Amino acid sequence: MREPLQLDCGVDFGPFTIAYQTYGALNAERSNAILVCHALTGDQYAADPHPITGKPGWWETLVGPGGVLDTERYFLICANVLGGCMGTTGPQDVDPATGDAWALSFPVITVRDMVRAQKRLLDHLGIGSLFCVIGGSMGGMQVLQWAASYPECVFSAVPIAAAARHSAQNIAFHEVGRQAIMADPDWCGGRYLSLGRKPARGLAVARMAAHITYLSETALHRKFGRNLQDRRAVTYGFDADFQVESYLRHQGSTFVDRFDANSYLYITRAMDYFDLAAERGGSLPAAFIGTRSRFCVISFTSDWLFPTAESRELVHALNAVAANVSFVEIATENGHDAFLLHEPELFETLRGFLAGCAEHRGLTR
Amino acid sequence: MAETLSLDRAQPQPAFPAAALDELRQDLRLIAEMIEPGARVLDIGCGDGALLAYLARRKGVDGRGIELSQSGVNACVGHGLSVIQGDADRDLDAYPAGAFDVVVLSQTLQATRQPRRVVEALVRIGRRAIVSFPNFGFWRVRLGLLTRGRMPVSHLLPNPWYETPNIHLCTIRDFVSLCDEIGAKVERSVTLDRHGRPYALDPRGGLANLLAEQGVFVLSGNPSC
Repeated sequence: MREPLQLDCGVDFGPFTIAYQTYGALNAERSNAILVCHALTGDQYAADPHPITGKPGWWETLVGPGGVLDTERYFLICANVLGGCMGTTGPQDVDPATGDAWALSFPVITVRDMVRAQKRLLDHLGIGSLFCVIGGSMGGMQVLQWAASYPECVFSAVPIAAAARHSAQNIAFHEVGRQAIMADPDWCGGRYLSLGRKPARGLAVARMAAHITYLSETALHRKFGRNLQDRRAVTYGFDADFQVESYLRHQGSTFVDRFDANSYLYITRAMDYFDLAAERGGSLPAAFIGTRSRFCVISFTSDWLFPTAESRELVHALNAVAANVSFVEIATENGHDAFLLHEPELFETLRGFLAGCAEHRGLTR
Repeated sequence: MAETLSLDRAQPQPAFPAAALDELRQDLRLIAEMIEPGARVLDIGCGDGALLAYLARRKGVDGRGIELSQSGVNACVGHGLSVIQGDADRDLDAYPAGAFDVVVLSQTLQATRQPRRVVEALVRIGRRAIVSFPNFGFWRVRLGLLTRGRMPVSHLLPNPWYETPNIHLCTIRDFVSLCDEIGAKVERSVTLDRHGRPYALDPRGGLANLLAEQGVFVLSGNPSC
């Protein structure tokens, strides 16, 4: 993208690159496009193997021929967010002005900036209107931002396990993660790439702390309990005696292979700054006045990171402007991560909602 | 923008099993007859969405629903209806005044925690409200209590007292008096017998309160209030 992007922080940023994947085919009317928005540590590989880890795409359970996000019917676009580290311009890329990695001289970005960048991509692809914008967690924040910033482009919006603003508790958890990264001597004030170093331990700790928030206590207990890891008794030391410790260490150590520490700082910050009501003088309904989009808000009973109460608040704001909204709270023990997992109720809800929208949109098979 | 979106009401409505449309409950059928084509309707306690689907299909109604049970909400959303998980006590305040042409509360009032507040909300957010409820003044209810001395159980009130969701039962006369108290105008009322057939009785009279098993009331807000 050659034209610079006006960012919320006041910087005109660009040129910049957006890396994206598509699935399925755009129809002749250009009316079947679905924008899939990824979460904090997600990327554009929603439904194909990750180029670094080789693991299946993060939404492979949903995307595919005949799937909930049916690639025989819809044209799916998933783009790496601005500030990300999988091809879209982020702090690990080279600042043309210095010839060095941006690091902390990369401008602070917001969810709205991410959405502005995605809008550029759609303009580039010649798609003026999206059949649906869908995503979980930070992806859900982007969905809401789309609905607020470009309502005329959004026929339907599905924010899953999301909220209209980041809570104090969530900001607090993010701050723990950022401090862990910045406390790593290999972080070097953010300049680790130029110095040939990598704050792997700090980033791993950030991931471990965050990972706990993605699970429910019940799920952790069911999965690990107090089970010991490859041993019959505790060792009276600080090895990973418990399975849950071993699991978290594994989560941390594999994460650093595929994620950039500065990207983590920037993207968590973007989530912290997210507050749709603040953009409109403190009124959340004001963000959606006059909207004609069809909303399907989904939350999970055991999600304590983005609890149902926050989705309900969003639903009330949408009701206040008499928007067309559906809201389902799905009973599950899988916590915040439920949106990434096999949740039959989630699938059925999405399938029905999208089928209804497709009929209203006049999309035929 | 390259395109604008249209949400034309005349567009095809989502599929709902055809059989379900023909088996619409008698009291819902009566309510459906009271709703004009193309109206904006909110159905509170919409269950599996049978009324909403019927209204969308047969009358081109722009319908929304509120339902407490997850299975009900999922069934509705799965059929392309716009329904939120919630209840009448908690979720009505957010709607602006006059948001809907018609608000329907069918066989749900007796299960709300604050029926008075709910009825006030109904006539605030709807130009008209249609409320149906079981009549606790029905002679069988009275007779059962008199002769057996036990809380009544019927097909409209099927649960024993210790596990019934119906915590605020009233008679037709009670309901009319509540409407008077909050200044809601009774536009129309129909009382139904045990088979869901309408009686030609004045709802304010003692006979309706004795003979009707349920009442269906059409209310409007009092603009002077």
